[in-house]
Amino acid sequence: MSAWWEIVRDTLKRSEVKLVTYVPDNVLNPLIAAIHADDYFNAFVCTREEEAVGIVAGAWMGGMRGVVMMQTSGFATLPNVLASLAVPYQIPVLMVVSERGTLGEFNIGQAMVARTMRPALDAMGIEHHTLTRLDEVEFIVERSIRQAVTTQAPVCLILSPMLTGGKAP
Amino acid sequence: MRNDAITRDQAKIMGRFDITKSLVAKLHKDEAVIGGIGHTNWDLWASGRRPQNFYMLGSMGLAVPIAMGVALAQPDRKIFALEGDGSVLMQLGALATVANQRVPNLCIIIMDNGIYQITGGQVTATGQGADIVAIARGAGIVQAEWAQDETHFAALMDQALATPGPMLVGVRTDGQKPFGQTERDPPQLRDRFMRGLGVKK
Repeated sequence: MSAWWEIVRDTLKRSEVKLVTYVPDNVLNPLIAAIHADDYFNAFVCTREEEAVGIVAGAWMGGMRGVVMMQTSGFATLPNVLASLAVPYQIPVLMVVSERGTLGEFNIGQAMVARTMRPALDAMGIEHHTLTRLDEVEFIVERSIRQAVTTQAPVCLILSPMLTGGKAP
Repeated sequence: MRNDAITRDQAKIMGRFDITKSLVAKLHKDEAVIGGIGHTNWDLWASGRRPQNFYMLGSMGLAVPIAMGVALAQPDRKIFALEGDGSVLMQLGALATVANQRVPNLCIIIMDNGIYQITGGQVTATGQGADIVAIARGAGIVQAEWAQDETHFAALMDQALATPGPMLVGVRTDGQKPFGQTERDPPQLRDRFMRGLGVKK
């Protein structure tokens, strides 16, 4: 069976998600590397997660699908842009967040920030799924993109350490 | 860039509404304009509704990233980001991203009155000496310049329309009140914009 990052890359591609904006993360590294290695994608690093969301939102309005990749602490900087741009304007911003702060976290800062993520998503009414099993990755990613596009709503896919192995100290 | 490019202190203080109208008057190829929040956006609205204009209602500082996204999706269309000094100061890193990605069809216009006018006129960092054009050059946007006066602004816009960017133009503006106010109906603003860009039929 393919690795999680290969399945995510291939599913993004099949779903015509071409633009990838990200703020780097250790756990996401193999996925980011696989995307950079594939000419299908236009992928680049941003200086802040808000900026990455703005670019993907603009690209959607211009007719190009995109995804924003980040880690949990990066998501914590996003409620303002999600609540004032993606949600009210009905822009299907796709987010992939590698989950820090749980299941063996060694940094207390990460652990506390992580607890704000799901309540913030729920408060904004943003659909989110946590990916824990390799055999569910393709289904969840593909269906989530499809629903985001057809219902014009942002969606957040959380990559659990149970899927990725997480980050060791 | 001109060798005799001027600094912020040497740029003439102009009327934001007049400058916005002179930009809009030059758009004959359905160029897109992204208006950042605040009075910059309201004067864009007052300059005449165009389906190729996008009006933000929040997400302060994101006019440049949103414009960059549109520019990447539609490489054959010229995209303008209209942003205020207070807003761009929140997202200076975006200037480096624009420079690194060398987005050729993007022109950023910064309306710099040195104050947060909409919240009561508190002084911004540019009002205390920060120079957005110098910051943009430092971020790697080689074509970054202050508009010396109205005539020079018009010439810079002709240049932006005719040659590849990215480009950033700083405009010193006064504290004149805006001439209108945007509607606050986000799905409609977005839908109209997407139809204006030909993405929705």
